Amino acid sequence: MDFITIQHASKRFSGVQALKDVSFSVVKGEVHGLIGENGSGKSTLIKILAGVLPADEGDITIEGKRITSYGPLTGIRHGISVIYQDISLFPNLTVRENILLGRVLEQNRKVFTKREYAERVTRILDDLGVVINQDELVGELPIAQQQLVAIARALNNESKLLILDEPTTALTRQEINQLFRLVNNLKSQGISVIFISHKLDEIQELCDSVTILRDGVVVASRSMADITLDEIENLMVGKSMIHERNVVERVSHEEVLAVKDLTKQNNFADISFTLERGEVLGIIGLLGSGRTELASALFGIAPADSGTIVIDGKEARIRSVEDAVEYGIAYVPEDRLTQGLVMSKSIKLNVAIATLDQYTNSLGLVDTSKIDTLADEWIAGMSIKTDTKEKVARMLSGGNQQKIVLSKWLAMGPKVLILDGPTVGIDIGAKAGIFTTINQMAKEKGMGVILISDETREITSHCHRVIIMRNGRFGRELVGDEIDDAVIQRELDEQKRVIAQNLS
Amino acid sequence: MKTRLNLLRNRETLLGITILVLLVVISLLSPSFMTYTNIVNLLKSFTVLGIFSLGVILVIISGGVDVSFTAIAQVVQYAVVYLFLNNMQGNVFLAFVLAIIMGTLMGLFNGYLIHRYKMPAIIITIATQNLFYGLMYVITKGQLIYVIPEYFWKISNTMLFKQVAPNGAVSGLSLTTVIWFALALVVALLLKFTVLGRSIYMMGGNPVAAQRIGVNSRNTTLFVYGSMGAIAGIGGIVHVSIVQTVIPNSIVGQELQVIAAVILGGASITGGKGSVLGTLLGVLLFAILSNSLTLLQISSYWYNVFTGFIILLSVFLNAMQEIQQQKQKIRVNVEAAS
Repeated sequence: MDFITIQHASKRFSGVQALKDVSFSVVKGEVHGLIGENGSGKSTLIKILAGVLPADEGDITIEGKRITSYGPLTGIRHGISVIYQDISLFPNLTVRENILLGRVLEQNRKVFTKREYAERVTRILDDLGVVINQDELVGELPIAQQQLVAIARALNNESKLLILDEPTTALTRQEINQLFRLVNNLKSQGISVIFISHKLDEIQELCDSVTILRDGVVVASRSMADITLDEIENLMVGKSMIHERNVVERVSHEEVLAVKDLTKQNNFADISFTLERGEVLGIIGLLGSGRTELASALFGIAPADSGTIVIDGKEARIRSVEDAVEYGIAYVPEDRLTQGLVMSKSIKLNVAIATLDQYTNSLGLVDTSKIDTLADEWIAGMSIKTDTKEKVARMLSGGNQQKIVLSKWLAMGPKVLILDGPTVGIDIGAKAGIFTTINQMAKEKGMGVILISDETREITSHCHRVIIMRNGRFGRELVGDEIDDAVIQRELDEQKRVIAQNLS
Repeated sequence: MKTRLNLLRNRETLLGITILVLLVVISLLSPSFMTYTNIVNLLKSFTVLGIFSLGVILVIISGGVDVSFTAIAQVVQYAVVYLFLNNMQGNVFLAFVLAIIMGTLMGLFNGYLIHRYKMPAIIITIATQNLFYGLMYVITKGQLIYVIPEYFWKISNTMLFKQVAPNGAVSGLSLTTVIWFALALVVALLLKFTVLGRSIYMMGGNPVAAQRIGVNSRNTTLFVYGSMGAIAGIGGIVHVSIVQTVIPNSIVGQELQVIAAVILGGASITGGKGSVLGTLLGVLLFAILSNSLTLLQISSYWYNVFTGFIILLSVFLNAMQEIQQQKQKIRVNVEAAS
């Protein structure tokens, strides 16, 4: 039986058709995957389901009853809860309060005591199989546990449909396993789940059925058993592309970077490798394998405790980001929003910011016309979609933001470019554009590239050499023809299995 | 290890211990400190600051800030005393009612501007401080009022728990101090047990999440700044009852010290954190410090130096804890070398 059905829903925003005649339903007790590129209308659809946004037209039926007027509280009252990507909890309040306050507000109560709810909160957490101290402040919990608290809050509101908006982005594999077990547990209790993710393998692992959106239209809605990952991907993008092997020609075998015995306590140990000019080296590992920590150390954000880094034959002492930039290292972080961009500043300033001292006039003051030229060049070169270079970074989509971050570092002409999850949270179309530029820079300028990712196909498509990282150490190294999706996937699955085993 | 850390992390405990240590040291150095007379006088002299701090804690928990409350107190004080001297027959009860009404209105004006135009509270309240205070000066020409109705100073002269010293001097807990503590209790109960109180914490902790969960941000903002105004009004009346003269520039200028006491009490300037108990302890620490300097015959110029030092120290402690926690966090379970 369908829990919720939405029929012929459309939504326009000032001239843009966000959703067009969308029909979609979620069966009671199923996990339904919702995927699509950025801008495909996923978030609009969720907001309409949650009642945060009214649809221009369309009908919503919940448990067989047609809902005529649909406002923000209607969603909650009908048992629909959204776990937003930013989790939306109160870091300054305790676990217990975070769980119960939503309900207290919804019941329009004026006064409450913690005791009257304590038992209920305990029962919910027990049902979830979660061990958390209820008096702990939420801000002091790791992200994964915060997510569990958010789910507990939803259950306290007697949710029948839980919408999880990209819940796994910040979780380690171990935590993802736990989350998935929980989702399956909810499913067995008859609760429906809508699961949104960019990671197709997660969709495949967890979901019973899947709906794919493209440009505001449902292109397919099928049972998971009737569809393959390749089909999903093609349906999302609308054409078959990207993941054929696309490795650039090597220009030289000159060494640009040599790392020896790099160690940082509680982060990674005994890391040694070399990188040649024009080479694209892939480092793959699960979240928590130390891959991002290694990148932070190379870029001076959290310097290593011991070991040596040699750049162009000279030993580089990297103790800070300034040092790293001085030696010609550029870093595009995983979290572009907080680490890579000044969100409130224009595109042109963001592009110029790392190399500002090169655009000065004879007086040593910043020459804005030089910055304008630079910005125009990169906006064209990277095909950043914007009407003007004055637009502030916050206004752009994820993919375009990522392109700005990349432009900023490439404008510096780095010797070594470190890309950490360069395409996390951005769509396949934008991915292809980003890699074209990177490959071109590697080939023409002899830039060495370190590509860090947990997406197997991203790595296999572009790298000359791949190192698999695990538990803070380097493991197997694959060169040339050895680089193969299946081989890497097997290694990663093995790692996941070990983690799952240690957990149980 | 964990419990020790938690104990130090709890600002109230830390302040309590600091105050206890100070008390012991000072009473050893100066025998006149730990006397009933000295303690009740000390409490009385910090009552106005203490009352103000109860409004400021509300504002700061909500994620805002208010520097106009001293001007509100000043204006209310002047207006009420002036009205009672020239236009109407007054009494204590009416004085507080009028003060609360006027204070609330000025506070609501702040709250309205802050919510409606989403402008930084600091800017708005700097502006309204000058506006309120300036208008009062324009109208009154800054004239002092030396003679005030008797019932004003009766408030502070009313004493509870009286004790008579051998030389015949009477000392006791001033009614103004009782007002301070009663108000503290009200604010504490509000913050802890009402949905409105928790909404203030929610708004300060994560405004977006608060809105999604159904907190009415407009009403909460209006309530917070309105209460600040009302409390400032009460403070204005208490102040005139203690000082017994209306001096138009005697309150404005204290706002930073009040905010400092609240921050010292563990409130976070970014919002979401703080408690009435911490605020009380913060004010008490300041009070004891200033009093002991006097008793130990150290120049009062040193008071500011100590104040600054204590605030720096408390911020420093927080920062060190944070850094320590970051360092100990295990990011990756690094495999042992084989």
